[in-house]
Amino acid sequence: MIGEWLDIGPVSQISPGNARTLPVHGGAEIAVFHTLDNQFYALVNSCPHKQGPLSQGIVHGTVVTCPLHNWNISLKTGEALGEDRGCVPTIPLRVDAGRMYLLRSAVVGERAA
Amino acid sequence: MNAPTRFDQGRNDRAATERLVVIGNGMAGCRAVEEVLARDPTRYAITIFGAEPRVNYNRIMLSPVLAGEKAFAEIVINDAAWYADNAITLISGDPVVGINRAAQTVTARSGRTETYDRLLIATGSDPFIIPVPGHDLPGVVTFRDLDDVGKMLAAAQTGGSAVVIGGGLLGLEAAHGLSLRGMAVTVIHLMPTLMERQLDEAAGFLLKSELERRGQTIVTGGDTAAIVAHGGHVAGVQLKDGRLFAADIVVMAVGIKPSVTLAKSAGIDVERGILVDDHMVTSDPAVMAVGECVQHRGLCYGLVAPLWDMCRALADHATGAPSGYEGSVTSTKLKVSGIDLFSAGDFSGGEGAEDIVMRDAARGVYKRLVIKDDRLIGTVLYGDTADGNWYFDLLRQGEDVSAIREALIFGQAFASGGATLDPNSAVAALSDNAEICGCNGVSKAKVVGAILGGAQSLDAVRASCKASASCGSCTGLVESLLNLTLGGAVQRIEKTLCKCTSFTHDDVRRLIIEKQLRAIPQVLQELHWTTPDGCASCRPALNYYLLCAWPGEYVDDQQSRFVNERMHANIQKDGTYSVVPRMWGGLTNPRELRAIADVVEKFNAPMVKVTGGQRLDIFGIKKADLPAVWADLNAAGMVSGHAYGKSLRTVKTCVGSEWCRFGTQDSTGLGVQIEHMTWGSWMPHKFKIAVSGCPRNCAEATIKDFGIICVDSGYELHVGGNGGIKVRVTDLLCKVATEAEAMDVCAAFIQLYREQAHYLERTAPWIERVGLDHVKSALLDDPETVPRLARHFRWTQSFMQDDPWAKRAAGEDAELHQHLAEVRPLEIVA
Ligand code: SRM
Ligand SMILES: Cc1cc2nc3c(=O)[nH]c(=O)nc-3n(C[C@H](O)[C@H](O)[C@H](O)COP(=O)(O)OP(=O)(O)OC[C@H]3O[C@@H](n4cnc5c(N)ncnc54)[C@H](O)[C@@H]3O)c2cc1C
Ligand code: SF4
Ligand code: FES
Repeated sequence: MIGEWLDIGPVSQISPGNARTLPVHGGAEIAVFHTLDNQFYALVNSCPHKQGPLSQGIVHGTVVTCPLHNWNISLKTGEALGEDRGCVPTIPLRVDAGRMYLLRSAVVGERAA
Repeated sequence: MNAPTRFDQGRNDRAATERLVVIGNGMAGCRAVEEVLARDPTRYAITIFGAEPRVNYNRIMLSPVLAGEKAFAEIVINDAAWYADNAITLISGDPVVGINRAAQTVTARSGRTETYDRLLIATGSDPFIIPVPGHDLPGVVTFRDLDDVGKMLAAAQTGGSAVVIGGGLLGLEAAHGLSLRGMAVTVIHLMPTLMERQLDEAAGFLLKSELERRGQTIVTGGDTAAIVAHGGHVAGVQLKDGRLFAADIVVMAVGIKPSVTLAKSAGIDVERGILVDDHMVTSDPAVMAVGECVQHRGLCYGLVAPLWDMCRALADHATGAPSGYEGSVTSTKLKVSGIDLFSAGDFSGGEGAEDIVMRDAARGVYKRLVIKDDRLIGTVLYGDTADGNWYFDLLRQGEDVSAIREALIFGQAFASGGATLDPNSAVAALSDNAEICGCNGVSKAKVVGAILGGAQSLDAVRASCKASASCGSCTGLVESLLNLTLGGAVQRIEKTLCKCTSFTHDDVRRLIIEKQLRAIPQVLQELHWTTPDGCASCRPALNYYLLCAWPGEYVDDQQSRFVNERMHANIQKDGTYSVVPRMWGGLTNPRELRAIADVVEKFNAPMVKVTGGQRLDIFGIKKADLPAVWADLNAAGMVSGHAYGKSLRTVKTCVGSEWCRFGTQDSTGLGVQIEHMTWGSWMPHKFKIAVSGCPRNCAEATIKDFGIICVDSGYELHVGGNGGIKVRVTDLLCKVATEAEAMDVCAAFIQLYREQAHYLERTAPWIERVGLDHVKSALLDDPETVPRLARHFRWTQSFMQDDPWAKRAAGEDAELHQHLAEVRPLEIVA
């Protein structure tokens, strides 16, 4: 149903420790993560360092290590951890009855939503 | 004029006989009634409708009933007498089918109609049935009420096999019961970890191993495709990956959904559950709801603890002293005899939150506490749940634990005893003959003696007195002793594998073999990792060590591989990939060149380049196109060049005796043979080989990991060369007379490197570390060694040499290449 939350399908689409991508026409591609502890997070799929595709990094705890130069990015806040400075936008995600929902306004911008 | 009087009188009459009708004779419904009666026994005339044809019983004890540990009589909460004594009319076995809110009546299936002043809906929830073909066959049961238990027991009478779909709390308790009743049980779980909502990966793994030890078959990551029938009755369960499991009975325990249909059809506001406020009142002021069927502040619960709080608030409201319910923090225990397991709160970890992990492999114990802002926010306990309630209490109270942080993980008894807060002083307090290392029976005095005798590091202590050299669980104690004896001046000679462990690379490799460790979570548990699921440094290392230790048996863990090895291509700065097909010994032919040219055009790759490794690199391929590209290259007989892998990269050759006027041997042919022998093998780091036809060395063999220089009298075999960051020229290992010998030494050297080097250590730094003499004598002292290692290498290769591209092109792990979905804003608005 078209509400403020955008249904992006069942959680089983992403195996734990993996991430998958969600291209947005006229917007930034989104990476949806499934941690080994079965938490789900969504970030803009672009590392604050040099736009590396975070969806391709190794996920540990609630952190993803960027595939290009190993920055550690928090899945919860989008902030770079440790010495590194930078932040990538997070997209509010909620799981309900085994399906994932993204906050529509955060995905397509207020205009479209 | 007299109207008011009549009005007053009317109201008094009503007040005397307020009618409370309860729909649902279950745990919440009856508890609510108990709470109301406790506050005001005379206020309501109470009628309870129950769909089940029996009195109210403790649903959670159905598991022990199934397991034969309890009888139904023992789990009844309120018997017939209770209803009579409290003048409650129980209408059981007759479900309510309609609510008329205007007339304030409910009607049951039998047609019986009751009028209410207040209505309480406590309909609980319904088992979720996955709508696969065959889900409605006879022999497919759920696990919710006594009738379900009856069906399972009937099936168990005749023995046979049972399949339980769902590895959550309910499914595992069903499985336990059925196997105690003598059935062969298989549990099929969609997720890779059992009870993933309550357990982390580590605890889930321990649980799985224990259940398997007890003879259950646990299939994780199993997606049910269909339930197959034979003669109209269920016969088995078919998975999407094709596997088939025979079954005389199938138990569906994949989850529950609040049962809201009745409320919904009556026009009461419903989302996932029936919406209630803090007083359990629905959108209709005359209608209350409680239990699993409700949704309160956005949450639906599946456990009993919240019900008790809800019922209290409900009764306070219904008896005119409103208090309010504010939601519950829940904890889970698994009711499977002999398995202690407790989980509560949020253990998703992450920064800000800090993990304290304790593992005691000997006792099969795993404890994890998650702390944030000096508060305990989550816990998972396996094997020792004695302190579960204490932790749960700290968690609910949100108490500041900073004062007892150090000792918290050791439990209430320890943490409360002030003196022991500092681990060092705890150790200092130990007597001299107190045992430090249980595995090797080493006393405190012995360890201190060793340290004073010059063993000034953990490894030195391990070497000199064996303390902490085996299972490592006493490592903390030994380090404390080092601190005490040396006044904190502890230095580590060899550094540990990563910050998650006190073991070195060599320790880990040795213990994987000694203790027969065969999976990453098992290593983390047995070697007392201090993090729940490792980090980006240790996971890839462990994955390689296990792959090397158990060839053909260990299943590669994709989540532990760097992107290039997971995608079988090299990621570029713009997120696209480069594709390097193998060109054996640097040779190619028109067919290969045509296929590459076609790929470049078809997927309009912006660049093709001749690499420094004598092959072609196709740049700028999109993640989604990779499988198609590989399919085309495969079709022309080309396989992955592993230009992305910690593996055999290239075998560079020169033209050699076949064309070159100086060539002494067929360096090209030998190079091609060697690449065919070595391709596809995983290594600690990338591995490069070259064969030059004469000492002019046009193939740069003397800066390769293994280089061959052909001479008239045979082959000079060189090792440990490196171009790149720090150039290192090879050392001469030996000289042999025949191609066959050269190939054997090559295979043997690679196997030695694979077994002894640290992950991410190329041959050059490895040889610098262990010394050329070590490598020489390890290979050449005993003439049996080279043939043995070579045989072993070739055997492991028999599992490694299937082209990863071919599998992906055929659709394996397709989701790694496909997008989840696509968002087109305009279409959404439309
Ligand atoms: C494509 C290629 C450059 C070229 O256009 O020629 C190349 C490209 C890369 N090299 Fe290389 N190296 C290439 C030949 C070499 C050579 C020459 C050779 O193999 O004869 C060397 C020096 C010899 C050696 O390795 O000792 C070389 C030494 C390195 C190093 C330094 C290694 C070292 O031990 O110091 C790195 C960095 C690393 O591996 O950590 C590296 C890393 C890389 C990476 C993988 C960087 C990265 O991690 O993304 C580049 C990937 C580009 C891509 O997407 O394909 N590349 N690289 C060559 C591919 C060879 C092949 O066909 O597989
Ligand atoms: C096997 C098993 C083991 C469990 N173990 C645990 C545990 O260890 N710990 C824990 O906290 N929780 C456990 N639970 C969950 C716990 O039992 C439930 O949370 C609890 O029973 C919910 O109470 P309820 O009253 O909301 O629903 P129920 O107890 O299911 O009561 C609802 C009742 O309403 C009846 N009903 C439904 N519709 C109608 C209608 N239209 N008319 C009349 N009657 C109707 C149903 O027949 C049912 O009897 C377990 C559950 C099961 C099945
Ligand atoms: S030399 Fe440096 S820039 Fe060139 S390919 Fe190798 S790693 Fe990349
Ligand atoms: S782009 Fe992510 S670390 Fe460099």
